[in-house]
Amino acid sequence: MSELLGIDDVSVHFPAAGGRVVRAVEQVSLSIAAGETLALVGESGSGKSTLGFAVAGLQAPTSGGLRFEGVPLTASTWPAARRKIQIVFQDPFGALDPRMPISSIIAEPLLIQRIGTAESRRARAAELVAQVGLPRDALNRYPHEFSGGQRQRIAIARALSPAPRLIVADEPLSALDVSIQSQVLNLMKEVQETHALSYLFISHDLAVVNHLVDRVAVLYLGRLVEVADRAALFAAPAHHYTRALLDAVPRIGRRRARHGGTIKGEMPSPLNPPSGCVFHTRCPRAEALCGAEVPVLRALSDVQSVACHFPLGSE
Amino acid sequence: MSEFADVAIGVWTLRWRRFRRHRTGMASLFILGVLVAFVLAAFPLQYFMGIDPDVTDLFARFDPPSAQHLLGMDEAGRDVLIRLMIGGQISLLVGVLATLVGGIIGVLVGVAAGYFGGRLDGVLMRFTDGMIALPLLPLLIVLGAIDLTKLGFSSDFAHSGAAGFWRIVVIISIVDWTAIARLVRAATLQIRERDYVRAARASGGSALYMMGTHILPNIATPIIVSFTLTVGRVILFESVLSFLGFGVVPPTPSWGNMLNNAQELVTTAPALAVYPGLLIFVTVIAVNFLGDGLQHAFDPRSERTP
Amino acid sequence: MGRFILRRSLQALLVLLVMSFVIYNLIGLMPGDPLDVMIASNPGATPEVVARLRAIYGLDQPILYRYAHWLWAAVQCDLGFSRTHSQPVLEVLAPALWVTCKLMLISFVISVILSLMLGISAALKPGGIVDGLVSLGAFAGISVPVFWLALMMILIFAVKLHWLPASGISNVGDGSFRDHFVHLIMPVATLALANTGGFTRFVRASMIETLRMDHVRTARAKGNSEGRVVLVHALRNAMIPVVTVMALSFGTLFSGALLTETMFAQPGMGKMIYDSILSNDFNLALSGLLFATLVTLASNLMADLAYGWLDPRITL
Repeated sequence: MSELLGIDDVSVHFPAAGGRVVRAVEQVSLSIAAGETLALVGESGSGKSTLGFAVAGLQAPTSGGLRFEGVPLTASTWPAARRKIQIVFQDPFGALDPRMPISSIIAEPLLIQRIGTAESRRARAAELVAQVGLPRDALNRYPHEFSGGQRQRIAIARALSPAPRLIVADEPLSALDVSIQSQVLNLMKEVQETHALSYLFISHDLAVVNHLVDRVAVLYLGRLVEVADRAALFAAPAHHYTRALLDAVPRIGRRRARHGGTIKGEMPSPLNPPSGCVFHTRCPRAEALCGAEVPVLRALSDVQSVACHFPLGSE
Repeated sequence: MSEFADVAIGVWTLRWRRFRRHRTGMASLFILGVLVAFVLAAFPLQYFMGIDPDVTDLFARFDPPSAQHLLGMDEAGRDVLIRLMIGGQISLLVGVLATLVGGIIGVLVGVAAGYFGGRLDGVLMRFTDGMIALPLLPLLIVLGAIDLTKLGFSSDFAHSGAAGFWRIVVIISIVDWTAIARLVRAATLQIRERDYVRAARASGGSALYMMGTHILPNIATPIIVSFTLTVGRVILFESVLSFLGFGVVPPTPSWGNMLNNAQELVTTAPALAVYPGLLIFVTVIAVNFLGDGLQHAFDPRSERTP
Repeated sequence: MGRFILRRSLQALLVLLVMSFVIYNLIGLMPGDPLDVMIASNPGATPEVVARLRAIYGLDQPILYRYAHWLWAAVQCDLGFSRTHSQPVLEVLAPALWVTCKLMLISFVISVILSLMLGISAALKPGGIVDGLVSLGAFAGISVPVFWLALMMILIFAVKLHWLPASGISNVGDGSFRDHFVHLIMPVATLALANTGGFTRFVRASMIETLRMDHVRTARAKGNSEGRVVLVHALRNAMIPVVTVMALSFGTLFSGALLTETMFAQPGMGKMIYDSILSNDFNLALSGLLFATLVTLASNLMADLAYGWLDPRITL
């Protein structure tokens, strides 16, 4: 498969009080193929949303760069790329301007990018409203008249309007009721097929990820700790942190399997990350080496890479 | 989150309903309507009764009320009623214009500071804080005392009535924009972090587009309330400055400068001191109550005031 | 804390510096210049004499140079000479400052006490009759033109009733305490009334908010008397925003003092600034305005300190 988006050694740092630095994302490299769905998984504070914002052009990387359709994204190439990379947010109540009718919301990316005429944009909005399964009269109504699930459909329609190649979906389901989640998930699958889309699907919930994605990237404290095909990751996680995340997923008909103990404590502050492997303070397998040396991401197989000195299944 | 999620009626309809229940707000709206009608009545009065507000008649000084001159004559033998009406036009016009000009300055400063943040925000807010700390009245007096010819205006213009009018609009608006700027900045900071603003930014919306399309419409309600309250304050400033002789200059009347001579005349013609001040008072209190009513109507959580 | 005061003082100094430059320029834009007055009183002055005078007084220099010159002198406490008073500016300022401080402090204390009483009694039962009356009165207070209020007081108490003197700080030849006191009543009352309205609204709003808070409910549940709940538990928290607003209102208070002094002929800072601008007394106007700014900046700094003292969560 050809690469659609390349993330090359991207770091995002924020200045904090007292001259300190929050290392929200640290030297992450990833790529997304055309038509592929990559999940970005981690706890809150892992930097997954920050990385998503960087991909959506909302946050400039401190170092490293992005490549889209083979072209490095710079100040001069971003404007053209923006119509091809869209974003869907978590909170369907905050994602739609309460003072805009739905038709304007959906057509906004076209308006901003000056694509088509006012008339063709309205037509496009009407077409998309039907595609995402909303009644046609939704066009002239306002966001407050819709439920959470309907709003998320509107947000998806908005993202689809400029015919993008990649949609960054920042926890698009977690604010929705469980019964609505599957509907929206199905809609996302459906439009992926009809529009030949790639997704960067950000989530803290591995159960949801299992239904949609091709590959999974696991972030911890801004570092990429494991990236693997979905099947490989779920069958045999290589990183102790991935294992812990998988264990936390409740599954019907199965007792919680505990492998090698749970992880202790809370995630350290990204202001003051641990030395060596950032996970060593909570890792059941940690040794002296882990606190001293940063593990590099290395390939275990064609479909699985891990950043760990002592990966699972290798001993 | 919208609190009207289940109700399919417009936000403005709801607001109007809430406002109608606000008794003092409604009363103020009515009083302001009457006041506007009163000051506009100068035109028919001038036309049909043939009263000229500027013509002095030294034989008619302090004449008591009569059928022709309902409120009598002032110290120069001019009709008090018509001068009150025209003075009111000037005072209200200054109030609205200076609020608009100052408000636009405040909105621009506030939106820019809030939206761009960072160093620009720091500089603009330091500046605003500095302005807020100043004693405004002495500053306004200095500004009012400036000799316009030294700024390069012609002597004719500098001493015309129009210059007096526009000078006061300008000086009040360059001094009284700080409250709105702070308010707008705070509101902008809130809206800026909403996802719909982020989404538009991700689509490539320019800063101007974001401010015009997403930010200003969503902070319109606090701006409206704040503008209303500013009108009251500006009318007070105008009256004070004109009273002290640094605002609207006679013969053009304003409620403020009609009180100019009233202090010396307070023993001979107390009525002349009462009317203009009472009109200022009623106008400003009505404007303030209107602002209170709007606040109540726009903010569903707000307390009811009587 | 010490660092905070230092930083804020430096900030205030910077604002003062900028203001001095702005005001210096503005004063230069007022009608006439110091020489005009001299020339007017000496019609025989030839253009050469005028030019020499200009050179002597440095008026032919660019404004920036003149400003630097003035600033250098000002730093050494030389604020120049007041033309109308024929005295050094500092000697005119000092007694005026005293009159203003007296007027402002007394009326400030009165409005704080009044607004606390009114605001709290209104907040006890929001929407009740007391609240209605207090709110109405407070709105009247913020809406009344101060100078007109003064005028009406003079009309009623001096002209009609002859109870109180209309102007001045004492009768000629009578330096008794009673005489001074009687002369202060109307100016103080006017200024206090004008400020009480705004303060009351803040006290009321802040108090209503605090009385709804959980810790106040807890205090009630523990069986404290209502008076203790309101005065001890609620008031301290309610005062935090109120103190800030009150101290930040010093600029407004000074504007009010200017009007009150002018109306009742009190020889304070406000009247002095007003008179000096009217009579082109540039040095006095400049120094008076800067002094007023300095006092306001200092009061703002005190507001911040009081804020930190009342709210232990704030570390300065």
